[in-house]
Amino acid sequence: MDFSAILTDALRSGIGPIAAVYALAAMGLNLHFGYTGLLNFGQVGFMLVGGYGLAITVSTYDGPMWLGVLGGIACAIVLALLLGLPTLRLRADYLAITTIAAGETLRLFYRSNWAEPVTGGVFGLQRFANGFYALNPIEPGTYGVWLVRFSSRDLWVMIVGWALVLVVGGLLALLIHSPWGRVIRSIREDEVAARSLGKNVYAYKMQSLVLGGVIGAVAGMLQAIQVQSVNPDNYDPGVTFFLYTLLVLGGAGRILGPVVGAVLFWFVLSFLDSALRQAIDAEYISADLISTSEVGAVRFALVGVALILLVAFRPQGILGSRKEMLLSGR
Amino acid sequence: MRYQRLLVPALALVLVTVPAISTRAQGEEVPRGPTFAARALQALIDGIQFGVIIAITSVGLSLIFGTIHLINFAHGEFVTIGASFAFFLNVSAAGPGWHLIPAALTAVVFGALLGGAVDRGIWRPLRARGTGLINMFIVTIGLSLVLRHVVLVLYGTRPASYAQYDIQSTIDLGPAGITPRDLTVTLLSVLVLLGVAALLQRTRIGTAVRAVSANRDLAEASGIDVQRVVLFVWMLGGGLAALGGVFFGLVEIVTWDMGFKLLLLMFAGVILGGLGNAYGAMVGSLVIGVVAQMSTLWFPVDLQYAWALLVLIVVLLVRPQGILGRAERVG
Repeated sequence: MDFSAILTDALRSGIGPIAAVYALAAMGLNLHFGYTGLLNFGQVGFMLVGGYGLAITVSTYDGPMWLGVLGGIACAIVLALLLGLPTLRLRADYLAITTIAAGETLRLFYRSNWAEPVTGGVFGLQRFANGFYALNPIEPGTYGVWLVRFSSRDLWVMIVGWALVLVVGGLLALLIHSPWGRVIRSIREDEVAARSLGKNVYAYKMQSLVLGGVIGAVAGMLQAIQVQSVNPDNYDPGVTFFLYTLLVLGGAGRILGPVVGAVLFWFVLSFLDSALRQAIDAEYISADLISTSEVGAVRFALVGVALILLVAFRPQGILGSRKEMLLSGR
Repeated sequence: MRYQRLLVPALALVLVTVPAISTRAQGEEVPRGPTFAARALQALIDGIQFGVIIAITSVGLSLIFGTIHLINFAHGEFVTIGASFAFFLNVSAAGPGWHLIPAALTAVVFGALLGGAVDRGIWRPLRARGTGLINMFIVTIGLSLVLRHVVLVLYGTRPASYAQYDIQSTIDLGPAGITPRDLTVTLLSVLVLLGVAALLQRTRIGTAVRAVSANRDLAEASGIDVQRVVLFVWMLGGGLAALGGVFFGLVEIVTWDMGFKLLLLMFAGVILGGLGNAYGAMVGSLVIGVVAQMSTLWFPVDLQYAWALLVLIVVLLVRPQGILGRAERVG
């Protein structure tokens, strides 16, 4: 058992580009779920249209990168409007079912043979991220302290990613403490009361859905750039469940909740992954019980257990306040 | 009128089936290659078969929602566990190697026990703690993740078929055909659905279930033991889901994520019929199954599930309470 390797793996995941992507996507979800009380279970769909919007513009149509970013954002706005129109008037759980169905429908459409000329079908798209890396000011090489090292490309994605987290976090903080944010939170607490005070609840919910969706799309673009490819099967519903787990872990309804949640979540997940693999290699855990190929499944199951325990025993997570997270629905 | 609510789905089905059957007459004179009419009839048969299986699995989902207003996201995993448990008893090297029929019956009992255990072990303590419904819903998602990946570790990723009834020759029905296995599964499914309907309409516990669905507080005040009814509903739902899983494994294949794939179709069927209404779930699922299969006549096969989910979104736009749902505000 090489503990320094386990620890460096965990640290690299916790502060690496993946954690930044998830923090960003969870910030959008935090606006939906933590502040407005919308049960959006299709956040991965917003990441998908963001990533594909960029990839299709650059890779399929040879467009410039800035147009791809705008395209991804436009797709997210359209998706939010499409989802919101039928469901925002309905009870919360209807929105949950519809959003998860929409996320899956999108994935099926994008991976179908029929859409292959544009989306690359099951193969996805590559070669669209060069414009981003061309802007990289950092000299090639590896950077870091002790054993936690990143390549210059990863470092560039990280810097941009965490900078985006900082900017979006600042924007959200200003928004939440504005009159608009107070209406949003009042909708979470008691929609009927907000309506009776003359607020157009439907419009506010829609604005929240669009804004959080756009943040999710930006996260999707960053993820696509980081792995330098988009593939429909990277966007399965499991991603949304990860986002919910880390959001509840960090504390929904707090600006820093998703950030703390993402860092901790990826730290712990990587730690477990690494430790399990090493324990199996060193035969502390017999390979008959869990083989190395099943580590991924065990990881998912543990995320599920964590989600159950968190919601049952500490629904406010690390930073949240219990009073604000007694979501009962009706 | 009580029967007015049944008219709409009946009409919808007629609209779908009549063109398919009426064009069949012309299709018989063409011996070369399947005509459109023949393919339509085949798709309809496949769709009905698919629909009744979804119906079996989704009745429990709808009843659970009706009694405790919880959307059980882990319902798909009950389907997978039923199918894979029967597989273990039937095929697996570590299992006893029973014939499929006793294996299937045991899997149904196992599913019912699992449903009961989940109610006693998770939902009842959470209800006692006063956990909110939304939080409970998120707990079902966690449960779904746990169960699905436990099945993955135990069962593995490779799709497989049961030992019996695997290779079958088709019964010719003029332009279309069906294997004896699929025909039996379809007829059995219809019988099970009729049985569930009779249970809900005629027995004491069925009446109690409907009473709790209609108005929980009033039912409790009338002396119905709501906790017992809820336990019964969980067991019924778990058993039916397991049976549906075995059926689906028979006509298609057993995989570790089959239930999760079916779950979205179940949701579509349940919402189409009206959440919380068992008969609505049956009708809605049938429509979803037919839509999924008939869509392959015009559109690529790999999009058939997507159309079913689109139907769900359209229904929510037009009639959010579903076909058989009561016209009340749902938001």
